[in-house]
Amino acid sequence: MSTPVQGAVGPATGQSSANTDPAAPTRRGTELLLLGFAAFVVSAALMLVEANQEQQLTLRIFWYGLAFLGLFAVAHVAVRKFAPYADPLILPCVALLNGLGLVMIYRIDLAMTEKALRAGREINNDVPKQILWTTVALALFLAVLIVIKDHRTLTKYSYTFGLVGLFLLALPAVLPSFIAPTINGAKIWLKVGPFSLQPGEFAKILLLVFFAAFLVSKRDLFMAAGRRVLGVDLPRARDLGPVVFAWAVSLGVLVFQKDLGTSLLFFGTILVMLYVATERAVWVVLGLSLFVGGAIIAYNLFTHVQQRVANWVDPLATYADAGGGYQIAQALFGLGTGGIGGTGLGAGRPELVPLANTDFIAAAIGEELGFIGLAALLLVYTVLALRGMRSALAVRDTFGKLLGGGLSFLLIMQVFVVVGGVTKLIPMTGITAPFLSYGGSSLLANYVLIALLLRISDAARRPQTGARPRPVPQAPIAEAHTVMVQRPQAERPE
Amino acid sequence: MNTPLRRVGLAMLGMIILLLANATYIQIIKADDYREDPRNQRVLLEEYSRQRGKILAKGANNQVMLATVLPTNDRLRYLRQYTAGPTFAPVTGYYSVRYGAGGLERAEDEILNGSDDRLFVRRLSDLITGRDPRGGNIELTINPDAQTAAYDAMAKAGFAGSVVALNPKTGEILAMVSTPSYDPNTLSAHDGIAQEKAWKEYNADKRKPMLNRAISETYAPGSTFKLVVAAAALEDGKSKDDQVTSTDRLQVGGSELRNYNRGFCNGTPNGVSMLVALSLSCNTAFAELAGDLGPEKIAEQAAEFGIGESDLVVPMKVEQSCIGPSASCMTIADKAALMQSGIGQRDVRLTPLQNAQIVATIANGGERMRPQLVKSILAPDLSEISRLDTDSLGRAMSRDAAGQLRDMMIASEEKTGGDGKRDGLTIASKTGTAETGNDPKNTPPFAWYVAFAPADDPKVAVAVVVESQDVAATGGKLSAAIGRATMIAALGGG
Repeated sequence: MSTPVQGAVGPATGQSSANTDPAAPTRRGTELLLLGFAAFVVSAALMLVEANQEQQLTLRIFWYGLAFLGLFAVAHVAVRKFAPYADPLILPCVALLNGLGLVMIYRIDLAMTEKALRAGREINNDVPKQILWTTVALALFLAVLIVIKDHRTLTKYSYTFGLVGLFLLALPAVLPSFIAPTINGAKIWLKVGPFSLQPGEFAKILLLVFFAAFLVSKRDLFMAAGRRVLGVDLPRARDLGPVVFAWAVSLGVLVFQKDLGTSLLFFGTILVMLYVATERAVWVVLGLSLFVGGAIIAYNLFTHVQQRVANWVDPLATYADAGGGYQIAQALFGLGTGGIGGTGLGAGRPELVPLANTDFIAAAIGEELGFIGLAALLLVYTVLALRGMRSALAVRDTFGKLLGGGLSFLLIMQVFVVVGGVTKLIPMTGITAPFLSYGGSSLLANYVLIALLLRISDAARRPQTGARPRPVPQAPIAEAHTVMVQRPQAERPE
Repeated sequence: MNTPLRRVGLAMLGMIILLLANATYIQIIKADDYREDPRNQRVLLEEYSRQRGKILAKGANNQVMLATVLPTNDRLRYLRQYTAGPTFAPVTGYYSVRYGAGGLERAEDEILNGSDDRLFVRRLSDLITGRDPRGGNIELTINPDAQTAAYDAMAKAGFAGSVVALNPKTGEILAMVSTPSYDPNTLSAHDGIAQEKAWKEYNADKRKPMLNRAISETYAPGSTFKLVVAAAALEDGKSKDDQVTSTDRLQVGGSELRNYNRGFCNGTPNGVSMLVALSLSCNTAFAELAGDLGPEKIAEQAAEFGIGESDLVVPMKVEQSCIGPSASCMTIADKAALMQSGIGQRDVRLTPLQNAQIVATIANGGERMRPQLVKSILAPDLSEISRLDTDSLGRAMSRDAAGQLRDMMIASEEKTGGDGKRDGLTIASKTGTAETGNDPKNTPPFAWYVAFAPADDPKVAVAVVVESQDVAATGGKLSAAIGRATMIAALGGG
């Protein structure tokens, strides 16, 4: 990646080469077609589950498929109206992931129902709740698209977002346990009646928006070098503020909520954004050293961290211990049994893995769809995140670039942390697989994330001569930087 | 800002590639380890949810299902059922999710669960027609009438012991009873708690209900061993009319060996024929006979009857029968041991199956047939895959010697009391009362009865052993009636 900035911009602007063309293709037809395809795949998956679980095969599935298509058709129409130039691949990817998640949750429900029936317990199905959450999430998605007409308006409220984000993040830790119970060792939930929410999921996005805005406004400060030590430009001590802040927040989450996953997520994403904003790898090195240091301290201080590491190193050895490797071992058994081709949807035993429909849903997919299915799923995530990244590359304002890059990275980071945890690549930390896992807060937050990405991609692909006049930006230095270097040259050769 | 964004994009790809590589390692390279880990319940559940083959036997007029399956609605899908549980338990064995399998269920597991190569073509067609794979069926040589008669006779009297009946011409096992018995249905129950309770109860029982006394326990044969000594003598050139000693006492090592009634054999000190000596079961005659023949001839004859065989399977493994101490199974230590062995004491220990083989061999004119329990293996659709091959294990004695021995046994039966004699049926038999323990005079002996019938055209040979509760018990008193009832049932009339 030693390409000079100018050359590097080429493909990005190439993608929006139709910028001057008033009749630039919106590609909404492609999106609709792909959504139809996603609905077809999801219906087929549901049919397989029904067949393998020896449920009655009825026209019901057809209606479910149609309902699913209908739900996303509404989202599609909204995109058509409110973000017509948005990337056509993002929504279908989300629909596919969400749909497969619903099928998998339904499939695990069936297994759990059977288990509950035998034990004479009451049945508590998750799939109706997840369908409800999907609908609510899509409504929120619509709301974000409608309310935020231009992502740059977000910068106006960046400090508010930052404060609200911190507040939400800290909320479960400080609230008494009758409203914020400790579940699976982490105190990150708020329980209101039958609903439980993870405010951290929302905090994640709010803090990211804040950080993007903050970095854009302070960008020059960070780019200015401090002292030069051994050939490396060290940042000035006072500019270390944001890194220290990120470090403190993620360590705070780790200590007070015992939530290693979110901690890892925060730190990784913030580091990446810092790197993108400053274009200096030294921040990453510095941040990583801080994180490693923090992790070592945490390892020595907290037994639950030691436990996680021990479970990671050899889950089979700690299989029988309390809080031991049982979960991961079960996930590995499931993944191994699935092998290359999987047992077939509905024909495996994913319910043997604890938390099969939330944190360990990747194991369920790896068991029933095999390595092929898991790989396909990972590639859908990759397409989704890379489309987001591509929008970030193409968008013209630094805030958009930073936010788009951060959101895309956050998405992949979540996948990496949870799938890596389930497959014993890294220590297991309890977080959800975006769009796939059961969980309302995760779904809501990730749909907000997607709405923002679509907004950015719309801005990236929208013809410059379009009807919408560009509002006066509030980060003039950053803006000037991009425009001055790239614009006039890149448009000509096309 | 695009260069770092691109690099982040590459890093994202790198993370996904890492996940894919790790998933490849887990799901393809290490898959078998995880799949076959004993803690992975999936394989077990898979096997237990397959429709297991039946174990059946042909009665006089109808087919009797000894073990079948009942479709259920729970996770294991098929419940193993044993129609006449305890009666056939030593034959069928048990099949338990928690405790594995025993008896035929274990020995013929590959046929019953359908994984045997001989079922391959059927499996393939099941795969193509989409039918669930099913196990093959096994038809036994057991005569359900004989088995039931023997078990009922033992159970009604409350005896602990065993009955084995053979078809002398083919080696087919017609009955294999062990009492007290257990109910394999309780072990195959899908209710784990019921299984555990039954398992613990059976294993804690001092009477060892799960021990298959017919093949897994050895007993001192007592006077029934005189048949082996007589056979060795006849093979050595003697005849049934040759004179043997009738003395009332013999000095053996440091102790005296006496006849059962403590007097002279047949009341005369002048010697008796071997026929009379056997019919009256005179100890001194056979002790001296064994002493005269020498250890080699006795051991050789014993081996020809199958004693000392360590690899016999029927197809369950049969415990080794011995004439010497367990360390050197076929070696008789000295003259004293030889003389004591001649009357079936000291280190001589036979399984009931082995003793039945000895009489069956005599009944079959001296040719020993391999004892077998499986008559045929049937495909799931009951078409025959393979059928029992009768297998000669060689000649143990000449036809003439066998005929003389038969005459001696007919004379013995005439002297034997007990119930169950039937007019018109000539039986050839020998009783035995084997002293046990360190204080034989005060320890209840084992009561034996070995026989075959009809004497002129033997169709059934039987060995009965009862672990008696009464010091004064004899083979004639306890076991003869059970043996006769078994033979009459096997011959097709009650």
